[in-house]
Amino acid sequence: MDFVGLPVPYTMKPRRISEFLIESAIFLAGTISILFVVLIFIFLAKEGFALFRTVSLWDFLAGKDWYPISYPPRFGALPLILGSVWVTLGAILISVPIGVACAVYIAEVAPHWLREILKASVEFLAAIPSIVLGFIGLVTLVPLVQSLFNISTGLTALAGSLMLGFMAMPTIVSIMEDALTAVPRSYREGALALGATHWQAIWRVVMPAASSGVIAAVMLGIGRVIGETMAVMMITGNAARIPTTLLQPVRTMTATIAAEMGEAVQGSPHYASLFAIGIVLFVITFIINLTADFFLHREK
Amino acid sequence: MGILMKKLSFSLLLCFSASCLFTPNVLAKHDVIQIKGSDTMVNLGQAWAEEFMNQNPEVSIAVTGGGSGTGIAALINGTAGIAQCSRGMKPEEKEAVLKTAGKEVKEFVVGLDALAVILNPANPVSELSIDELSDIFTGKITNWSEVGGLDESMLVLSRERNSGTHVYFLEEVVRKGNARGPEEFASSILMMPSSQAISQEVARSRAAIGYLGLGYVTSGHKTLAVSKKKGTAAVVPSVETGQNGTYPISRPLYIYTAGEPQGDTKRLLDFARSPEGQEIVQAMDFVPLK
Repeated sequence: MDFVGLPVPYTMKPRRISEFLIESAIFLAGTISILFVVLIFIFLAKEGFALFRTVSLWDFLAGKDWYPISYPPRFGALPLILGSVWVTLGAILISVPIGVACAVYIAEVAPHWLREILKASVEFLAAIPSIVLGFIGLVTLVPLVQSLFNISTGLTALAGSLMLGFMAMPTIVSIMEDALTAVPRSYREGALALGATHWQAIWRVVMPAASSGVIAAVMLGIGRVIGETMAVMMITGNAARIPTTLLQPVRTMTATIAAEMGEAVQGSPHYASLFAIGIVLFVITFIINLTADFFLHREK
Repeated sequence: MGILMKKLSFSLLLCFSASCLFTPNVLAKHDVIQIKGSDTMVNLGQAWAEEFMNQNPEVSIAVTGGGSGTGIAALINGTAGIAQCSRGMKPEEKEAVLKTAGKEVKEFVVGLDALAVILNPANPVSELSIDELSDIFTGKITNWSEVGGLDESMLVLSRERNSGTHVYFLEEVVRKGNARGPEEFASSILMMPSSQAISQEVARSRAAIGYLGLGYVTSGHKTLAVSKKKGTAAVVPSVETGQNGTYPISRPLYIYTAGEPQGDTKRLLDFARSPEGQEIVQAMDFVPLK
């Protein structure tokens, strides 16, 4: 790629020119996503850091009161951060065991014809728009949680966790299934030849060999969960109080941005605070993706 | 579907969201009147627009909701010509319009909305005073037995902060008319993204209390009679009690334009405030101007 950017000698043959043009176009297309990530971060930072002229970073991250439109406003984002953390933890507790089991079944146990059907349906699950799932959750999961635990409302962190766990499943299953299938066939054959049972071969040999892919799958699942907005806003109740159990309503960072952006006066501290929440989210997803990448590359 | 595909689709998504963030003002077309704002008023605006377009087929009008704040933001950005608001515009918002559009904001009252406080029909409570409502929404009263109901903790529901209904209820009920008072919605209150969500949750839970526009009340709710002070007569919201001012939680509905409205926008506004337009207000379960 080192000739990209060098001037084209006019003696070049037409074929080489077209080659050069195509390579440059591909190079541009390939690097444009980096440009966008950088631009988005600059934009977020420009709008969000304005908040810290009026509020200290510590008061923002550790403050317990979120009253952005009061006099004077209070921008304590801790309940929102913890709201996202609770919902995400719940979702991970639900989706990881099921997702791992599902991927192991698809990759190692299921007969060939069933494997294709299962893979296709898991990928189809990923294609359902989140707002549709949120709506289904609102009319089915929320009343279910309410009556199951006999509480006054089903709009709780648990309902959100169940819904998001379900939404993270396709990500976890398909990435993990890729990782398991990538384990060389000889590993399994070797284990079986040594007298291991099918389960022992999966648990002791294949899973450890694919461990980095497994961890990456889980991390990307977390990334999917923490960024989800619409479904969460519809079913978690959005009360900005620090949650102590999963059976309480919570307000997530994403739902707060979505719900309040329409009202925020442009350029006001409230407007800046929503971008500051955006920065927190950006940093969290960035770290998660980086960790996932680290584990994926360790494999090679 | 490998990890590469995922990354690719993720970056595409990022690009798309970036383009959303940077959407310029070119979307506001000159030949379409854009009306934006209050969710409470979106059906009303739609009804006016349909009737007006019936009478004037050459005019086209687009009506969207999103909350009063959304409408005001659109007025500031210049993406809408008319903002519908269920609350009065703040001075800093008027200033922002002056700054970006270079025009003074004009305010028009186009109707009234009586806010109903609703309970589940299984709840024996049937009237409350403004003071009691304030205590409930600030979290001082948390059990129904404190106001003569069952021994059950309350499930208090509010609209989100992007809603004009939220702001109005905060100022007139929670802060008892003192717009900059110290009272706040308790942090334990559930913030619902729409009136529909409040309606659904109140119909589902016996412990629930919420508020919404009169037009959203259904047979699955019990409408609370509200008194100004404990001991004075409690009044049930209706067109009559809204119009004669005896129902205490009734608010004006506004339309805002940047600068004096002209041409079709002016005709539309005149139509909305004409007897014919006010008939539509009543048909949509709001309270017409006298």
